[in-house]
Amino acid sequence: MSSDSSTTAPQKTTAPADPKALSEGARQERRLGWLLCAPAVVVMLAVTAYPIGYAVYLSLQRYDLRFPSQASFVGLSNYGAVLSSPFWWEAFWVTLFITVVSVAVELALGLALAVVMHRTIFGRGTVRTAILVPYGIVTVVAAFSWQYAWTPDTGYLAALLPAGDAPLTEQWPALGLIILAEVWKTTPFMALLLLAGLALVPEETLRAAMVDGASAWQRFTRVTLPLMKPAILVALLFRTLDAFRVFDSIYILTSGAHGTGSVSILGYDNLFTALNLGIGSAISVLVFICVALIAFAFIKLFGAAAPGSQEGGR
Amino acid sequence: MAWKARAAGAPAAASARPAGRWLRALVTLPLIACLLASCDSSSSSGPATVNWYNFPDDSGALAGAAANCTRASGGRYRVVYNRLPRTADGQRQQLVRRLAARDDSLDILGLDVTWAPEFAEADWILPWTGANRRRATAGTLEVPLDTATWKGRLYAVPYNTNTQLLWYRSDLVPRPPRTWAEMLDMARALAEQGKPHYIEIQGAQYEGLTVWFNTLVESAGGSILNRTATAPSLGPPAVEAATIMRDLATSPAADPSLPNQMEDQNRLAMESGTAAFELNYPFVYPSMKANQPELFKHFRWAAYPGVDADRPAKPTIGGIDLAVAAYSRHPDYAFEAALCLRNRQNQLAAALQGGLPPTLRAIYSEKPFIKSYPFAAQVLAALENASTRPKTPAYQNVSIAISHTLSPPSAIDPRSSVATIRDQIEDALESKGLIP
Repeated sequence: MSSDSSTTAPQKTTAPADPKALSEGARQERRLGWLLCAPAVVVMLAVTAYPIGYAVYLSLQRYDLRFPSQASFVGLSNYGAVLSSPFWWEAFWVTLFITVVSVAVELALGLALAVVMHRTIFGRGTVRTAILVPYGIVTVVAAFSWQYAWTPDTGYLAALLPAGDAPLTEQWPALGLIILAEVWKTTPFMALLLLAGLALVPEETLRAAMVDGASAWQRFTRVTLPLMKPAILVALLFRTLDAFRVFDSIYILTSGAHGTGSVSILGYDNLFTALNLGIGSAISVLVFICVALIAFAFIKLFGAAAPGSQEGGR
Repeated sequence: MAWKARAAGAPAAASARPAGRWLRALVTLPLIACLLASCDSSSSSGPATVNWYNFPDDSGALAGAAANCTRASGGRYRVVYNRLPRTADGQRQQLVRRLAARDDSLDILGLDVTWAPEFAEADWILPWTGANRRRATAGTLEVPLDTATWKGRLYAVPYNTNTQLLWYRSDLVPRPPRTWAEMLDMARALAEQGKPHYIEIQGAQYEGLTVWFNTLVESAGGSILNRTATAPSLGPPAVEAATIMRDLATSPAADPSLPNQMEDQNRLAMESGTAAFELNYPFVYPSMKANQPELFKHFRWAAYPGVDADRPAKPTIGGIDLAVAAYSRHPDYAFEAALCLRNRQNQLAAALQGGLPPTLRAIYSEKPFIKSYPFAAQVLAALENASTRPKTPAYQNVSIAISHTLSPPSAIDPRSSVATIRDQIEDALESKGLIP
């Protein structure tokens, strides 16, 4: 990002398009730049690339911790077992459902909250802090509080339902409650990202639209939203990546029982309960591939740009 | 560009040199202090510490046992009681993660009765041999010993056990039923008379459902796995067991919350007066006495109902076995301490204070025990004829396959459910399938 601009600037002023014509000074500076980045790159490789590489390595073996003497290389058969298992596809569709519904609801609510935060005149700081409180609570703590609220006989929210109803033990009510917990937790984060985008919409454009006779709704949909598109795409990208890997809320609320397990829960169960490192690693690698596909789709197809790398008014 | 930067930086560096040196010293001192502190911990000269990891016990019985055994060691070691999470799954995951990382601070492990084969096959626990084995088996009940045995070797010493009895209300039921069919008929008759008629049993999608299925299969003369635990056995006894479960769940005797009920929900339903029969552990007895003295007057116990009239039931046991971790730094002390923790005195205290049925046969005829366990004779008879859950390192997969296929019990189709269980168990034994 910032290094981009510092290394492209000297190139433009000292040499034409031919990189071989870099001056000694520019080459030295470029090498210094790489050396200074090296420690961070090494740490990143150690912390992220090594576990990913090890997971891929494990996924190519039949390795069950309970039968350590029978570990052997089996190529892609673990992936075949996972992709042909109905448990994987059920978890996949559940995850997709939770992701799409929760991100859509969060986008709508987040936009509304962002507009409120933007227009508040009195106590702006207090309003913004109050809105951020759910995001500041640890996910597990919030999930326990939701689980308590929905447990029949003791929960204050379960008391509002007909007696004997246990919503957390049926698939669709439980999925609804998981989405509710997720939306409650991360709408403030969406609102914050969208507020940043909202603040970039110039007042003059809106006033010009008002002068031209546009109604409030038309101003919002024809002027504000298109100008906010980069911020909306960034917010959607972050939230979709996170929502696909949902784990904490499901683990606490239902432990993935009754058909509410996501792909992360499936990977966790197969790794820690079944101690099947081969299958569990295959599931993890597949989740990694799905997340990479989502990021690819957003960046290349929808045109989401990483923050700070805007190139001249895109 | 770079030479310009270096030239500009040089005078700044020169003037900053003394200050820079002090700064570097200040930064490195805490780092060195940390390193020294971490080196110091393993060279203590006091008595050795034997860490005992067990389920959390609120009655004080286990902490008392640890103190007793520290005293009995004569100053050579001290036993520290560390609490694991409350749920069995949480306990297992804590132990498994630390053993897989070869943690040497684990000495004595309180294992659930189904974990010994898994831990033994993974070489995480040490076998008991020679004098230790003789002391562990002397006077101990057979079936709990069987849970700690894998491939002919003893891997743990039984600590406490547990089994279910049939609890019923004598004001509704003059004579306890001997079989499941009889119990269902009695419940239907009570339902027609408009009296409380539910049969309380654990039907939620969890380990309790597997225990119910295992009890029925064993009582019908079959077993879930074959003798060498290499393939599923199942067969007609399993179909009969699944049929009984389906019949109960679809009859008027079924509690409407059956698909969500665990042991505690059964206890609460019985105490609320809507049920006539209950299949549960002995903890319901002191609870009924304390909570419902009126109902307690008619609260009776009997043997677990069988599947056939001519064959007594074989209820599945629960409980805890004590094992010695393979990476322990003091295995000799750990064996000795484990034997002390489960000796007659400590097991009696655990039974009286903590309500945990003991594994030493002699305690069942002691007066203080019988006074607080009036059903001691019935429990002992059940334990002598009890069954264990399938002994295999892949037990977690087997259990999940069973509980997921048989839940909810009203949706069981006996033949196809047993076929599904058979397929999933075959995969599980070869580490092939996924678990849901």
